[in-house]
Amino acid sequence: MQRYLVKRILMALVTLFAVSLIIFILSRASGDPRHIYLDDYSTQEDWDQLTITLGLDKPYYQQYGIFIKDALSGDFGQSIKEGRPSMEIILERIPATLQLGLAAFIFSVILGVPLGILSAVKRGSALDIIGKVVALIGQSAPVFWLGLMLMFFFAVKLEWVPPFGKQEVTSIILPAIALGWFYAAANMRLLRSAMLNVLDSEFVRLARAKGVSNNAVIWKHSLRNALIPVLTFAGVTLGGLVTGSVVVETVFAWPGLGRLAIEALLGNDYPLMQAVIIAFTLMYVLAALFVDIMYAYIDPRIRYA
Amino acid sequence: MAEATGRLTAAPIPVPVRIARRAWRLRRLPLIPIFVLIIFVISGLGANWIAPHNPERGDIRARNVPPAWMEGGSTKYLLGSDHLGRDVLSRVIFGARISLAVVVVTLALGGIVGVSAGLVAGFYGGWRDEVIMRIVDIKLAIPTILLALVLILALGQSFLIIVVILAIAVWPRFARNIRGEVLQLKTMDYVALAKVAGASTPRILIMHILPGVVNTLIILATLEVGIVILLESTLSFLGAGVPPPTPAWGSMVADGRDRLAVAWWISTMPGLAIMAVVLSMNLFGDWLRDKLDPRLRQLE
Repeated sequence: MQRYLVKRILMALVTLFAVSLIIFILSRASGDPRHIYLDDYSTQEDWDQLTITLGLDKPYYQQYGIFIKDALSGDFGQSIKEGRPSMEIILERIPATLQLGLAAFIFSVILGVPLGILSAVKRGSALDIIGKVVALIGQSAPVFWLGLMLMFFFAVKLEWVPPFGKQEVTSIILPAIALGWFYAAANMRLLRSAMLNVLDSEFVRLARAKGVSNNAVIWKHSLRNALIPVLTFAGVTLGGLVTGSVVVETVFAWPGLGRLAIEALLGNDYPLMQAVIIAFTLMYVLAALFVDIMYAYIDPRIRYA
Repeated sequence: MAEATGRLTAAPIPVPVRIARRAWRLRRLPLIPIFVLIIFVISGLGANWIAPHNPERGDIRARNVPPAWMEGGSTKYLLGSDHLGRDVLSRVIFGARISLAVVVVTLALGGIVGVSAGLVAGFYGGWRDEVIMRIVDIKLAIPTILLALVLILALGQSFLIIVVILAIAVWPRFARNIRGEVLQLKTMDYVALAKVAGASTPRILIMHILPGVVNTLIILATLEVGIVILLESTLSFLGAGVPPPTPAWGSMVADGRDRLAVAWWISTMPGLAIMAVVLSMNLFGDWLRDKLDPRLRQLE
């Protein structure tokens, strides 16, 4: 177990290191960063001054060392547009993204799990067909378009909820559905096929032969085993929700990290962009690490593999 | 008991109907998806001849015209016109061209890189395997959209860069699955025989192993088409796709975003096109997988 833990944590660190290196190389490849701060009216003195401030007079490996050192102490430089530390801006935006991610996750479980169980138990029924439609839409409709359509029907036409922003409590409903739909569909399909497998297994047949009631067979014997792949997928979901938030937050003008990434991108705010990417990767890697470790506790086969 | 007798006395199904049903169940050729995909490919290849209007030139006098079946619509603009008076149908047809081109080039690039990496990692094992699989792990841990956005910010926006970025996004899945196949294939007797017969390693890889993974490759590629179309349209929706005024489905959806209340069709139509193509491709891919290799069910 310990070996597995160490290996997994090392892998996470290597990933973060690789991302920081990619970002550093790209920031140097994208041109002279001094052009962002200075214009044609700046004097030679300004240029020299900035060169020293940004550390551009040092060799690349030293520049990278400084970048990492600053990053480790939580300093990702100043946002060009807002003129304050990128870290500060990110910390302000994180809660909104986490709220949205959590809401979407809850939605995907509330819709996906019951639908998955019922469509397996009542195969070929109307519920099974509804489940199929939900799954097909979730897997083929682009998230941004799904979001817009939800907005059009429920906010513009029916006026049940606000179309965008985060002023009201109900504002979170549409973005959470748009973000969670794909995962609801995936949960449903996974659970359905896992349930069908388990329902067909020897031990379930034995339970039935013993005279265990149908309900007990479904809820106690089958569901517990069928939930394992769904749990694994929850890890992938957590990571994917992070990325999906970029798109959904843009559609619904949700003031989170994802929208910040696009704002930084469109505003050519490279220092802020770097910080956002690192924050996102950190969340992604931590989520994956957490799930892998949980999974190793649940399923001993993984530890020794 | 009643049920049993009911079954016995039910009218027998005529033999031709039974045969037809059985054939349908066995073959289950996904006709509608294939039809949609054919339309997609024809639109992409022949956009110049099919599209009724120029997709980039609008008529200022005909802005926000609703689709033909709605009040105020005209048959001149079957799916309506957008805020600049451009024909939505023509733009959707031309959008197919970008998507098709992106899919073909991306899968060719990502496929070649992924298959080569998978062959090498699986066949040689050892440090090569270790290095390649670690790179795959790292790639899979970085959120694709974000990586794409930074790369585009740093390198600029063009067809070539978009395609390279998407290829970077797809190759790890090819590499991982092909590697798994190769691990099995290389223990086969005919591979050992080829070695004994003095075949060089590249020859074994290309002549003996590669043909064995072709099925997997075809299935992977079809399943990957939908992912690539969705990624490309997401990038162009975010303003990081193939630069305007080239009509891409994602950027068309973005165009209509602020005009939902006035002209919902501007966003809706290209979105429906994306969904129809991705859905058809997925259904077709599922069918192909069941047909070629049912073992691969886990690939989804």
